[in-house]
Amino acid sequence: MGWFKRSPWVLHYNATSCNGCDIELIASLTPLYDLERFGIINTGNPKHADILAVTGSVNEKSRQVVRNLYDQMPNPKVVVAVGICATSGCVFQDCYNVLGGVDKVLPVDVYVPGCAARPEAIIDGMLAACDILEEKYVQRKKSRRGVQP
Amino acid sequence: MSDVYALIKSWSILERMLAFVLLAPVAGGVLAGIDRKLSARFQGRYGPPVLQPFFDVFKLVRKERIIVNKFQDFPIVLFLLFTIFAGALFFAGADLLLTIFSLALAGTFFVLGGFCVSSPYSHLGAEREIIQTVAYEPMIILLAVGMYQVTGSFRVGTILRHHGPLILYLPGVFAGFLYILTIKFRKSPFDLSMSHHAHQEIVRGITTEFSGPALALIEIAHWYETVLLLGMVYLFFAFNPVLGFAMVAATFLFEIFIDMNYARFRWQLTFMSSWLFTAVAGVSNIIVLSLLR
Repeated sequence: MGWFKRSPWVLHYNATSCNGCDIELIASLTPLYDLERFGIINTGNPKHADILAVTGSVNEKSRQVVRNLYDQMPNPKVVVAVGICATSGCVFQDCYNVLGGVDKVLPVDVYVPGCAARPEAIIDGMLAACDILEEKYVQRKKSRRGVQP
Repeated sequence: MSDVYALIKSWSILERMLAFVLLAPVAGGVLAGIDRKLSARFQGRYGPPVLQPFFDVFKLVRKERIIVNKFQDFPIVLFLLFTIFAGALFFAGADLLLTIFSLALAGTFFVLGGFCVSSPYSHLGAEREIIQTVAYEPMIILLAVGMYQVTGSFRVGTILRHHGPLILYLPGVFAGFLYILTIKFRKSPFDLSMSHHAHQEIVRGITTEFSGPALALIEIAHWYETVLLLGMVYLFFAFNPVLGFAMVAATFLFEIFIDMNYARFRWQLTFMSSWLFTAVAGVSNIIVLSLLR
């Protein structure tokens, strides 16, 4: 029935972001944009989360943290790269100290570009993530049926 | 209204219990949805659909089951079962004391669930849950004592049929119960052990390590608990069903209003204030009542 896209809970992690995208991500939860009208809750706990929203161009220090958070999330789960830094590394991509994008560490499903990503774009990305979440659930159910006779 | 009463009276105890088990989660879920919608409205937001709590639970049931040890889900199942048992006893018109004690037992299992995992956040949440239990439990016992003093029975059925208005004999007990109801509903300023809101200093407190289906069970248990506690509010106004339902609705709105207007208390203030309120409002009401007799 599509329960996943009706109630996706978001975990937000700042992987060496400049805080611009973080502020916009929080702004999309405020009265003006109100992400909760889609049932989206900002949770601080990876075990409750469905969507991992990462901002910033991950570096060596935050690599393990991002990986850890992702591993703690129960399936199905979706990763959203918020902002151009998380998408490609932006102007920092040649720097020796950044990995240049979340997709160097995790399988990213949705890219939300922008510096900083606007709340409208983030909401759009979250809703795209909801559909992918639903697809992943269906796939997971099918593969589990395949394994068990 | 009298037709509904006549219908419920014609049911046996088991039928009434079954009705509670089936209907309470529906009512509790809708109440939780109204709560979230109204909270959003208070904050100037549009808010999620009223059926959002059901969507959340249906989703949680379908999530992967992750457990950190094999005992983890066991206390949560018992938490749910004893909450249902307490509510079913209450709505079947059985003993009020047994209802209160099994509700306390359910709370104990919830605390055990928080302690049986290794997360420090969960432990902190469980410790705070114990403090909350100690803070609200005396007032709930006083509620039963006060109702016994007025009606001469601990049976919910007898209390319900009592002709005099309980609220006029027990205004202090009602005020005290209203105070600790905020703790039981897990609302600000007393949402120490876990919170429904995003602002949370100990991750998710006691529910930190519970994910997927286990979290869904906790949510459903909370729905049952809400309905049971609102049923206790109804007992004070049982002499007039219309007034009773109006006051239950008013109480619920009042709790949401308090939730939206207060920051979280520290545990010392939570504990001291609720015991002080219990002593001033609850105990004095009981003493005055026993002197009048």
